[in-house]
Amino acid sequence: MQKQEFTITVYTENQIGLLNRIAIMFSRRKINIESLNTSPSEIEGIHRFTIVIQEFEDVVRKLCRQIEKQVEVLKAYFNTNEELIWQEMALYKVPTDVIAEKVKVERLLREYGARAVVIRKDYTVFEATGHREETDRLIKALEPYGLIEFVRSARVAIIKDSSGFHEKLKEFEAQEPGEGVIENEYLGKGTEVFSM
Amino acid sequence: METAKITKTQAQGAAAQTAGAQGAAAGATPQAAATGAASGAAATSAAAAGAAPAAQPTTTLTGSQAVLEALLAEGVRTIFGYPGGAIMPIYDALYDYQDKLEHILVRHEQGGIHAAQGFARTSGQVGVVFATSGPGATNLVTGLADAMIDSTPLVAITGQVFASLLGTDAFQETDVINITTPATKWNYQVTDATEIPAALAKAFYIARTGRPGPVLIDITKNAQQQKFDYAGYVPCQHVRSYRPKPIVRKEYVEQAAKLINGAKKPFVLFGQGVILGHAEAEFKAFIEKGGLPAAWTVLGLSALPTDHPLNVGMLGMHGNYAPNVLTNECDVLIAVGMRFDDRVTGRLDKYAKQAQVVHLDIDPAEIDKNVKTTVPVWGDCKETLPLLTALLEKKTHSEWMGKFKELGKKEVEAVIHNELNPTTEQMTMGEVIKILNELTGGDAVIVTDVGQHQMVACRYAHFNKTMSNVTSGGLGTMGFGLPAAIGAKYGAPDRTVVAIIGDGGFQMTLQELGTIMQFGAEVKILILNNQFLGMVRQWQQLFNDKRYSFVNITSPDYVALAKAYSIEGASINVRAQLKGALKTMLDHKGSYLLEVMVGKENNVFPMVPQGCSVAEIRLS
Repeated sequence: MQKQEFTITVYTENQIGLLNRIAIMFSRRKINIESLNTSPSEIEGIHRFTIVIQEFEDVVRKLCRQIEKQVEVLKAYFNTNEELIWQEMALYKVPTDVIAEKVKVERLLREYGARAVVIRKDYTVFEATGHREETDRLIKALEPYGLIEFVRSARVAIIKDSSGFHEKLKEFEAQEPGEGVIENEYLGKGTEVFSM
Repeated sequence: METAKITKTQAQGAAAQTAGAQGAAAGATPQAAATGAASGAAATSAAAAGAAPAAQPTTTLTGSQAVLEALLAEGVRTIFGYPGGAIMPIYDALYDYQDKLEHILVRHEQGGIHAAQGFARTSGQVGVVFATSGPGATNLVTGLADAMIDSTPLVAITGQVFASLLGTDAFQETDVINITTPATKWNYQVTDATEIPAALAKAFYIARTGRPGPVLIDITKNAQQQKFDYAGYVPCQHVRSYRPKPIVRKEYVEQAAKLINGAKKPFVLFGQGVILGHAEAEFKAFIEKGGLPAAWTVLGLSALPTDHPLNVGMLGMHGNYAPNVLTNECDVLIAVGMRFDDRVTGRLDKYAKQAQVVHLDIDPAEIDKNVKTTVPVWGDCKETLPLLTALLEKKTHSEWMGKFKELGKKEVEAVIHNELNPTTEQMTMGEVIKILNELTGGDAVIVTDVGQHQMVACRYAHFNKTMSNVTSGGLGTMGFGLPAAIGAKYGAPDRTVVAIIGDGGFQMTLQELGTIMQFGAEVKILILNNQFLGMVRQWQQLFNDKRYSFVNITSPDYVALAKAYSIEGASINVRAQLKGALKTMLDHKGSYLLEVMVGKENNVFPMVPQGCSVAEIRLS
């Protein structure tokens, strides 16, 4: 068995300190995080972490169970690249005069599906999305034309399986509370009670 | 929907206030009660006058008072703690709650949290500890880590600097939330008093439900001082993202029953999950119906009476010979509420490879963590064991039990007989425990520190009742014993509490003798003094060619030390005095310290050397 790339998707409550709580679960096991993205999900009050690591499947499985054990974590899933559709966004800052003069560059950008985000006298910022190899290829292509700066986002990923996470998440939320359970009135009230 | 919710809150708030007023009538919380009564009176007069409906009746409390109200509402009666600058408002409020909340002033925050652990382990309730910010909070870390690994329900409340000073390296400021994150089941920083009731409700709920654990609430000083409209305490019963109990899968219960029914050599390993789940009776019924031999982990000890015919002893590094050897011979291994710690399994790649494994656990993360499971039975064993028992065929497995007895005899001849009936001049730890058993009849709570004496006590102490063994299992915290015993006495005030402690561990937290002196906790302290850090010395002897590197430890005059704290005591080094001295200790009204000088270089056997299979257990 070999280490391979896994994408871990964690659904959590929106709580201060949770990023640290999750991050230390990786550092404790000396697992390097290749990329980490966190943002609100489609469900109010629920955030979604997308974490990419290189590991053995067995380690990832155990790790996800431990992550799921955290109080504010609803669910943690892991997937191989084959099971996912994913993108990373990259921004490229290049000198505007070079872009204007060199038609080749324009063609290059068209080939990579890049688009201009900002055009100024001194520089132009292009944006491209794609897999790592694709955005990497564009860096290499732009370097000879004076690439000034480059930045790339963490991975965002969505599962190929048609039922996906959304349905599973709804199932989880439906599990409890059952009928006789009294809600704690102070919880789930966001800013009314807790300073988030 | 929203209206209904509000109504419910008001009703519960009113109920909590009524309870508060009743409490006040008995003499407590004068300030809260006075305000409660005033607002109650105002509401009545407004109604009588036919005035417009007043706002929801609330009481004005400070954050500190809200903390104490929350503790009362959660049924807390005993707190262990140590005051300091950043928690002074809570201590100031506590002054008015002294009749309802008993506060035990320890001598060190580590002592406070270990006492809270001892309390939780003998009472089955959530232990509570207070500490101030900075060094006070960091002194809790060892206890939090200990409670985390041993699944002990705790709520630690720490003071914190003013919210406006957070992150400025203010006096006694530490980032306690981040420091304690890996050592807590959950933690939360409160910076506004209005958060306190909900934060504490959530803390208690998380600490005691599912797999229990320690929770820390850090409260800034401004939040403690701030006054706010207190609408009553609503216990937490649900957290959106938290499912304390996994859903029981009946098909797995059926598969497990089928495996057990088909087994020729079934073997049960049980851990603290049985005690934490209050499933001792269900567990007994399970093994009795299946005729299943059962062995315990260090923390599972006392979940089954020692003399139960199906109790085949202790597992692990210093466990009994038969259960260790036969782990690698059984055909179905049934783990109940235990986590296959490396001190239990030895080398994992040689552990029970021949067996099909059934694992019952409330924590899904424990399944397959260390040992690959054939059938997982997720759930609270209080729930799952009866389901499993109902599907079991009644069996005895007498031939298989005979193997345990046969190997048991071998261990008696090679180790136990000599340990309990030594012919040498020097006393052994084992014979001390044997006589203690005779005198207590197995009824005592035994609290141990960490080291050789711990393993000997766990091996030989007899137990008739559950929740009687308090020890630091997972973290192996030296210094745990004395403070934990103080807490254990508060958790089980009607029982005899004997703290068995080595000379090394005792010197780590002996300042808690001061707590005993001041509060009169009746703890029988039995120091087994071998003038060494015995367990490390044993390893150095066996694995480091007797290179005794810094394990020789000298002791003060313990009896004189006890006397300085107004505690009676004696020291003995002759076997003839042993029984009489132990009897004197147990019969003495109040705390008592007995030092027994034992053999310097005695070893604890059997032993599974680190990195060896459990079947390679050494008898000598």
